[in-house]
Order: sequence, then C-alpha cells, then structure tokens
Amino acid sequence: MILEGKKALVTGASRGIGREVALELARQGADVAINYAGSESKANEVVSEIKALGRKAFAIQCDVANSESVTSMIKEVVEQFGRVDILVNNAGITRDNLLMRMKEEEWDSVINTNLKGVFLCTKAVTRQMMKQRSGRIINMASIVGVSGNAGQANYVAAKAGVIGLTKTTAKELASRGITVNAIAPGFISTDMTGELPEDVQKAMLDQIPLARFGDPKDIAAVTSFLASDASKYMTGQTLHVDGGMVM
Amino acid sequence: MADVLERVTKIVVDRLNVEESEVKLEASFKEDLGADSLDVVELVMEFEDEFDMEISDDDAEKIATVGDAVNYIKSTM
Ligand SMILES: NC(=O)c1ccc[n+]([C@@H]2O[C@H](COP(=O)([O-])OP(=O)(O)OC[C@H]3O[C@@H](n4cnc5c(N)ncnc54)[C@H](OP(=O)(O)O)[C@@H]3O)[C@@H](O)[C@H]2O)c1
Repeated sequence: MILEGKKALVTGASRGIGREVALELARQGADVAINYAGSESKANEVVSEIKALGRKAFAIQCDVANSESVTSMIKEVVEQFGRVDILVNNAGITRDNLLMRMKEEEWDSVINTNLKGVFLCTKAVTRQMMKQRSGRIINMASIVGVSGNAGQANYVAAKAGVIGLTKTTAKELASRGITVNAIAPGFISTDMTGELPEDVQKAMLDQIPLARFGDPKDIAAVTSFLASDASKYMTGQTLHVDGGMVM
Repeated sequence: MADVLERVTKIVVDRLNVEESEVKLEASFKEDLGADSLDVVELVMEFEDEFDMEISDDDAEKIATVGDAVNYIKSTM
C-alpha cells in the first residue's frame, strides 16, 4: 500500500474513471471523499465498496462549477478528514458538436464544468494544502486536449486549458510542497465513450497502437502513482495514458 | 487594542522569520519584510484563522503593510 493514511477527494467519483480512481486510492490505503453531481445512489455504492476495504469514505454532492458549493465541499472534507493530501479533479462532461453548429450554451457548460471546475476546486483546496506544506493535485485532462478533435471544440479547449492550468499551478505551488500533474487519457470505456456510434469507436480503435480501448483501471493505476511518494520529483507534467495514440 | 498588533506581530515573526523589532506598523510585507506574493496570501490566511474572520480577496489585495493588516482587523471587530 503506497497511500497508507492519506486523505483524498475525487470529483466525479460516482461513475467511470473517477469511481475506479477512488477505489484504487482506497486499495492503496487512502480514505476518500466521493463527489458527485446527481448520481447519489451510485456514489453511495462507491462509498460502501470503500468501507468494505476498511477505509473511511463519504459521498458529497457538489456541482464543481459552482464556487459556493465547492467552498463548502472542501470545508466538509477538511472537517471530516482533518486534512486533504490528494485532490483528483476528474469531474467532466461532453456536449459534442461541430463548431459551426455549436450552441453558446454547449460551449459554456463544458468550459464551466471541465475548466472552471478545476480552477475552483484547486483554489479551494490549496488553502488547506499550503498550511500542510504538502499536497498532490491530479487533473484529468484528455489526449484530445493535446491533439485536437473534430466535433469537440468546447471539450478540447477546456482540456487544453486544464493542461496549461496544471503547469501554472505547479509553478505557483512548488515552493509549498504541492505538486500538480495531469493525466491525458485516450479512449477509455465508460458511459462517456459508450454514447459514441459504433463506426466512430471502430475508427478510434484503428488509431491505438496497443490495439484496445483503455479501462478505467489503466487510469486509476497512474493516478495512484501520481498521488504517491514515487512521483515526488514530478510536477507540471501531463502523462499520456492512451495506448500510444499520441506520441 | 495593543493585543491585535501583538498577535499580528507574532504571526509575521513566525511566518517570515524576521525580528520582532522589524515588524513596525509602516513596514511593508514585501518591501521591508522579505515576503513574496504567496507569503502575503498565507499571512492573510493566518490572520483569518487567528481572528476567526473571513477576508475577501478584494480586501486582502489592499493589505500591504503591518498597519494595513492591524487596521483592517480592528475595523471588523
Ligand atoms: N472516457 C474517456 O475516454 C475519457 C478520455 C479522456 C478524458 N476523460 C476525462 O475523464 C474524466 C472522467 O470521465 P468518465 O469517462 O469517467 O465520465 P463519466 O463516466 O461520464 O462520469 C463523469 C463523472 O463526473 C461527474 N460530474 C459531471 N458533471 C459534474 C459536475 N458539474 N460536478 C460534479 N461532478 C460532475 C459525474 O457525476 P454524476 O454521476 O453525479 O453525473 C460522474 O461521476 C472526465 O474529466 C473526462 O473528460 C475521459
């Protein structure tokens, strides 16, 4: 166990990648706060699974794009756990459309959740981590934030923004013992990608040298590495976990 | 109200590793006491905890000297 006694918060941990990340952090010894937007019962399932592992966990509803709820979420986590060692900014949505068809509302909602949400959670948790003189912030970006992707102008802009935010936050907080890194997943099998038509999925598969879609577990393993002492000399980096799609 | 100045001074001495005699009302955190921007953010956080108050980002930006901090804290008491 590489995270014995650590206290973590994972946003968007009710489903998909966030759920698997939360479970892996717990397997490695961490207590984990499970944030969700609407899926209360799914979040509670994750909490039960973590408790079954002998770790502490609780579910906490919060829209990461709302600054007041984010502030009270972080307060709640500090009250329950006494500290926050690990923040995983994972909550994210897609509203895909061609640029020429994209509605302002589609643009705004993706930027608000996927980019502003990372800013708000990072800002709120930094107060606690600065006092501790230690902390790990891990941002879920996306490989398309590096490569671009037709039909995802809003999502790609947000994810490229997250990569830039990761580098800047890393520079600002390094002197306080806080590291900030990002993960750029490729095509991972979750609800988010399950929505895509089969021909699109097939075309994606052809671009993956390791010749399979990723599993949330592939992302969880790298997240727990970035949360652990093994990565203590890394900050501001974006790790591609994409089966070799973008090199 | 010497108490506020004393408590502020103690925090500044601990956080910035300066001598108590350097912490004068007109001393600027950045110019005179060797603080960088992040140190000032941390000082404000510690004032908030010590005096059990919240200082908004807008107000925090106006706090540049020891006197600014003491006056601000007194004005909210
Ligand atoms: N799947 C992929 O191939 C892939 C690739 C690259 C990057 N990513 C990134 O990885 C992250 C997770 O993706 P996923 O595939 O696991 O997605 P998912 O299965 O759709 O799950 C999204 C999670 O985010 C939560 N969420 C959504 N909006 C939220 C908000 N405003 N506030 C708080 N939580 C919110 C959801 O909570 P509810 O259940 O309550 O709705 C859910 O737990 C995202 O940032 C995504 O962009 C995914």
